[in-house]
Amino acid sequence: MLDLLSKIIKANGLVFAFVVVALITLLADRIATAIKQKRMSSSIAIMIGLLLAYIGGVLTNGKRGIADIELFSGMALLGGSMLRDYAIISTAYGAKWENLKKAGFAGTVSLFVGVFFSFFVGCVVALLLGYKDAVSVTTIGGGACTFIVGPVTGTALKASSEVIALSIAAGVVKSILTMALTPFVAPKIGLNNPAAAMVYGGIMGTTSGVAGGLAATDPKLVPYGAMTATFYTGLGCLLIPSVGFLIVKAILG
Amino acid sequence: MEILGLGILGGCMIAGLFMGNLLGKLVGLNSDVGGVGFAMLFLVFLSNYLELKGKPLPERVGRGIEFIAALYIPIIVAMAAIQNVVAAIKGGAIPILAGGLATLLSFFLVPLLARLGSKETS
Repeated sequence: MLDLLSKIIKANGLVFAFVVVALITLLADRIATAIKQKRMSSSIAIMIGLLLAYIGGVLTNGKRGIADIELFSGMALLGGSMLRDYAIISTAYGAKWENLKKAGFAGTVSLFVGVFFSFFVGCVVALLLGYKDAVSVTTIGGGACTFIVGPVTGTALKASSEVIALSIAAGVVKSILTMALTPFVAPKIGLNNPAAAMVYGGIMGTTSGVAGGLAATDPKLVPYGAMTATFYTGLGCLLIPSVGFLIVKAILG
Repeated sequence: MEILGLGILGGCMIAGLFMGNLLGKLVGLNSDVGGVGFAMLFLVFLSNYLELKGKPLPERVGRGIEFIAALYIPIIVAMAAIQNVVAAIKGGAIPILAGGLATLLSFFLVPLLARLGSKETS
């Protein structure tokens, strides 16, 4: 009986993923109601997701969280980049052209500031914790931008695989923290209007972090933040292995 | 005609990713630069343009797009559930400090730069 059920679930992974996420959402909604914080239900749902990812990782030693448990492999399709990007784009429906134009300049500036600021912080941490060579420092700095900028930089500069793994992990920490903390930080940093959301997207840069963080804060802001964030990784891959590396090399000699 | 909404969305996505990859090639990266951003711009431009012309997308077409938008948070929850959380925790001090400080300090930059945006508009 159970064999048959698990066979059916495995053959219909995406559909089962809908069931799983629906249950998570329902549970999150109940918790949010119970603690009288109705607005937090999306961020609670995202936290449950992260917790499941942790459990999946511990149980399987895999890299794809809960999706590495065969029964839940459909989660990788539902939460993968294809449907994620498709859904992010759909949120732009209803966004106003004037709002985008108004914050366009600040959004563009925030992209450059955001890439170099996170890079700088990452480099300082790498230096303080004992890395002295320009290649490793630049790679870890890239990881502090996003988990794609790090390995792209590391590969271009021929960093060791250990350093590349660290840079990926730094990017993952950033994306998870951005997802989890944004709803709590939002009121303190004035993240409540389209212009601030565009700046936020450009500063944080992690597409998944920004998308998850804004979803839990105010879904109306998602298109504005996602719009700038989506340019961040590309800009980082462009600037960090070139300009960033030259700066670090000049300083470290 | 809800499917038309899904189709418009898909068309914007393919066109946007095409632009993003073209831009990537142009600047010497073999990857996508802002493809999703371009796709969003296409969608905003299209829907705002049609509205300006007095011929907004029919309600049922819009409902198709809104259906996907309503799935956005569930998709993000699934995305959270497939992150490599264990690696992020196990990597030790460097990833936690580099990623964590970059995130926390970046939050503080948002109000500073957002002011730049409001100055621009006033």
